[in-house]
Amino acid sequence: MDLTVLAVKGLIILAIFGITLLIATYSTYAERKVAAFLQDRIGPNRAGPWGLLQPIADAGKMFFKEDFIPAQASKWLFILGPCLAMLTALMSSAVIPFGDSIRFSWDGVAYDVPVQGIEINIGVLYIFGVVSLGVYGIMIGGWASNNKFSLLGAIRAASQNISYEIALGLSLIAILMMTGSLSLRAIVNEQATFFEWNVFTQPLGFIIFLTCAFAECNRTPFDLPECETELVGGYHTEYSSMKLGFYLFSEYINMFVSSAFISALYFGGFHYPFMNEVSAALEGSLGAVAGHNVATAITVVVFFAKIFFFIFFFMWVRWTLPRFRYDQLMNLGWKTFIPLSILNVVITGAGLLYNIKYTSWLIVVVMVGMAVFSSARAPKQAPVRQQTA
Amino acid sequence: MQLTNRSKQVSHKEMTLAEKMYLPAVVGGLATTLKHFFRKKVTIQYPEVKRYLGPVFRGHHVLKRDEQGRERCTACGLCAVACPAEAISMVAAERKKGEENLYREEKYAAVYEINMLRCIFCGLCEEACPKQAVYLRHDRMVPVFLERDDVVYGKDRLVEKSDDRYVRIANSEVQATPTEPSLTRAAT
Repeated sequence: MDLTVLAVKGLIILAIFGITLLIATYSTYAERKVAAFLQDRIGPNRAGPWGLLQPIADAGKMFFKEDFIPAQASKWLFILGPCLAMLTALMSSAVIPFGDSIRFSWDGVAYDVPVQGIEINIGVLYIFGVVSLGVYGIMIGGWASNNKFSLLGAIRAASQNISYEIALGLSLIAILMMTGSLSLRAIVNEQATFFEWNVFTQPLGFIIFLTCAFAECNRTPFDLPECETELVGGYHTEYSSMKLGFYLFSEYINMFVSSAFISALYFGGFHYPFMNEVSAALEGSLGAVAGHNVATAITVVVFFAKIFFFIFFFMWVRWTLPRFRYDQLMNLGWKTFIPLSILNVVITGAGLLYNIKYTSWLIVVVMVGMAVFSSARAPKQAPVRQQTA
Repeated sequence: MQLTNRSKQVSHKEMTLAEKMYLPAVVGGLATTLKHFFRKKVTIQYPEVKRYLGPVFRGHHVLKRDEQGRERCTACGLCAVACPAEAISMVAAERKKGEENLYREEKYAAVYEINMLRCIFCGLCEEACPKQAVYLRHDRMVPVFLERDDVVYGKDRLVEKSDDRYVRIANSEVQATPTEPSLTRAAT
């Protein structure tokens, strides 16, 4: 890799870093706004126009709070916990392809640099590696607090994350089989035509993946690690000031990254219908280089639109569904998602053998049929009105 | 006891497979919340928009004058006795000759003070007053204090100004008082 490419890559990585932080910051604002709108309220609107300075005010408040470390805590691990959470959250966006490629020529050499931190052929594996490291942030934080309840909370969080990571990985295997590659760019390019987006070829895998992504991000309805006051004794009970801020902030970064990941894996990434026509028309009118770059910019915008939709979806679900009980959560993960995703892998494999892409629908059809049949068979119970004096 | 007709009987019966799949219920829930996204918001932007709280609201105290502009208070002290928070204190004085247009009775309150930190706005002073001199305004709240010296309200802030007479209106379409132009029914 020569120096020019390195410089452009550096710029792209810095841009991704900045954008990630910005989006995570304003996710906190969006969360409150969305919550307010879903509850017929207006939400923050005092700080700046439409309350746009609210995240800055929140951050300022967090910084000025007392930074407390319990006397018996393991001090360095206590500091390391939120750092790890933040670090792993920020690292995972490196391999996500945010758009097509930037074309330019420098010193007479034509370059074609993909809009992506690093293009590696094991992108999915890299993300899974980093995501599974995220558990350490939680676990270390809970353990270093030297508080039994924090430790229990951390164990709860860690076991949830680990359980759902299995189903997360298994649901993805069907896609990897269809693509034959672990590179995220290859997976995205596989979904060039609209009806071959993985959400259409892998509906069941998508639902499992989405649900597990919720659990991995510790979002409702799987937010047992995050709910601070309801289940007293989360892993960050002892944290205050910006250390707590880091934990909460890393949650929002995770939300952004997993939104990007979901859109890349299942919603065609930066692809949109009639992309080739648009790109050809632009290259025809603006020239091969400028036209291609404009087309790339459009792909980036499209990709971010998908990401924003999913961030909104995360929030939408958060303010709709009540949280699962811990045993329900474990049952759902181990007894439902893991078998279903293995079944999905088997069926997809059988389909690939005969070169049919849409075999995953078979499971969906059978399940809907079974559901309809079972509820038709269920005894109709006359509603009994209870009369108490 | 049934409070609404929307109550549902809770049952412990086994869920059907369709119910166990959660997804139909989840989608239904999402649709419900999304509908609320576009509903009219109920928020009232408080300091800018004030809601009319009804004629029974108890706010800022006022010492009434009568129709001829004379102070009604005769410094009998019944309000101070009735006050459970002991917020009211007063010093009585005798009316001099030539002050008949100022005070209605021969005795009047030379000093009348209400400690707003103690006042609980219970309205017992209102009820105790035999001269209908003290009222709690239904249309004005006690402003926020910034200084500790501001919290004891003397006659300068309690006796109503002759150009700002207080009338209790039961009508919900109450018009704004001169000093508080934004007091209208919340229009959000």
